[in-house]
Amino acid sequence: MTQQAPIAISSFTVTSALGTGRVPNYRRAIEGDSGLGRCNFSDAASLDTWIGEISNVDEVRIPSDLSPFDCRNHRLALLALEQDQFLDDARSTIQRYGADRVGVIMGTSTSGIRQTEMAYASLDSSGELPDWYHYLPTQNIGAVGHFVASILGARGYCVTISTACSSSAKVFASAARALQQEVCDAVIVGGVDSLCLTTLFGFASLQLTSSIPCNPCDIDRDGISIGEAAGYAILERTHTQPAAWLLGHGESADAHHMSSPHPEGKGARLAMQAALATARLEPEEVAYVNLHGTGTIANDSTECTAVCDLLGTAIPCSSTKSLTGHTLGACGIVEAALTIQALQNAMAPGNHNLRTRDPQISANIIGKSHPIAATHALSNSFGFGGSNCSLLFGLDP
Amino acid sequence: MKVGIQVVALYTPCVPDWYHCMEVIAGRAAIVVDQTNERYQPASLPRNERRRATNSTRLAFRLCEQVQNHASSNMADIPTVFASSGGDYDVIHKICSALSLDEKFISPTDFHNSVHNAPAGYWSIASQSHAPSTSFSAGDATFPMALVEASLLCNAEQCSTLLVAYDIPPPQPLRTKRPIEEPFGIALLLDPESKAGESKVVLDIVLGAAVSIDSQPHRRVANVALSNPIARCLPLMGAIADEHDAEIQFAGTPGVKVKVTHG
Repeated sequence: MTQQAPIAISSFTVTSALGTGRVPNYRRAIEGDSGLGRCNFSDAASLDTWIGEISNVDEVRIPSDLSPFDCRNHRLALLALEQDQFLDDARSTIQRYGADRVGVIMGTSTSGIRQTEMAYASLDSSGELPDWYHYLPTQNIGAVGHFVASILGARGYCVTISTACSSSAKVFASAARALQQEVCDAVIVGGVDSLCLTTLFGFASLQLTSSIPCNPCDIDRDGISIGEAAGYAILERTHTQPAAWLLGHGESADAHHMSSPHPEGKGARLAMQAALATARLEPEEVAYVNLHGTGTIANDSTECTAVCDLLGTAIPCSSTKSLTGHTLGACGIVEAALTIQALQNAMAPGNHNLRTRDPQISANIIGKSHPIAATHALSNSFGFGGSNCSLLFGLDP
Repeated sequence: MKVGIQVVALYTPCVPDWYHCMEVIAGRAAIVVDQTNERYQPASLPRNERRRATNSTRLAFRLCEQVQNHASSNMADIPTVFASSGGDYDVIHKICSALSLDEKFISPTDFHNSVHNAPAGYWSIASQSHAPSTSFSAGDATFPMALVEASLLCNAEQCSTLLVAYDIPPPQPLRTKRPIEEPFGIALLLDPESKAGESKVVLDIVLGAAVSIDSQPHRRVANVALSNPIARCLPLMGAIADEHDAEIQFAGTPGVKVKVTHG
């Protein structure tokens, strides 16, 4: 795509280990008050790692007419929908345009797999899965899109993107296309990923989890801290007073390896370059970069190489994953929300837990929250399989 | 929303490629009854990866390589949409089985293969393509939504775009809960509307109000892969294979209607 017309973000919300709703998430991020704690989740309590767990998720009640959808992922999805009057905003958007014209594009990496994990642990004597287990409305990747559309009453374009950690950033790109080509008049985008044994044990087997709270870009960093989160935004072609604007987006593939990034950050650079190009902005017009910044040795160094190559070494950058944890398929929307609030308040959250910046990283990593120009900011999300997405936000169209 | 069709690929054991599908629809060939069920060996994967490739990746590659063999131009740097309702059921089964044991050992390879975009990732590595790629699911609506997503991407990027839609059968005990009995997949190499005039077949895709029933497939493929949600494409594939213009509809909320015109 050569150009993207500005897309209005009329409403947004986020729920993570930092709290329910935009306000506690941004406030705690600015204060450097991390939501990470020692892992005590189910059978993963034996793992020596820190996580961003949200309390009381399992107490959320799914409406009885949607009970087949009941699983941790959808309880978290519903908990997040109930914050910041987002349900009201979404429903009034649907009323304004008509339900058939409002799309739902969600992102998730593991969907309701926790439900399947529990079902496999409860096989009956003939090896069958239990009667209470329903695959399609819980585990299936498409389930979260259908669940959210059902709660909201949206009847337009509905898909669930699943590209690992870039999922809920790519939802913005997909929505921009659907809006620009008028398949939808508004799109509710979002992401949700909830704690499960698959990711806790899976990342551990790849030796990608840290035994201390993650410290992205630090010389001693040694892995991620997994978190769970959910968030949403409403995107429209125009709006009189939106919260912010999506000005550009870039997507690319590393074409290198399934679980390690391109060593020179080639895909990352292509994604950021495309975000700038579609927004018709120059690197010097970017006031802040919210890094993907997972805390792995490979990601942080390759990402920062790409950032410095493209944007230079002066622009303030930070990863917020040491505050929320790495929320996997939800990190795109979580970090979009924090990036937008950074612009709205002209103050970017710091890269919490940074003690000594890795000398091989030349980017300007801000350790504490820092004032920024209220102009434009980039948010990066990169996933397994080399899937990259970079989003460019601004306060004016 | 219009796209032109450059190349079609299709696979299910009883109709192993698109050419065969066209012959079946034309009444010149029969559905394959005695299927060999040999594991497909993806030619474009390096030997080690080829040996370890999952059934889901093998099916996706079979389709991509079928397209590649018929495409007139290089497939590198082509944006892709990989659509699967359930992704890699075999790996999910392996992981959840392993997690039900005390050791809870997940192999690193199984873990990175469990992401829904694993086949897309492998394809981008095999084709050395840095172009954008999306992987998604819409449950049983995956195929009609894939047509929409791929057309949107094709027209946004203004270049040839590859759509791959596929589903494999789950192993037991998952299969009882997700009864898909055979693999099925299709791939379409699409051209944007600006170039659609050069295509033999043009699709005009409209997403709108709910539709209550799918169009009927051609009677000669009416019983093919009935339990596989991607086989919902068969009425459309029949209209593409046939030489008459047609309007095909896909049930759902939203519904999708596709006008097929032959140039």
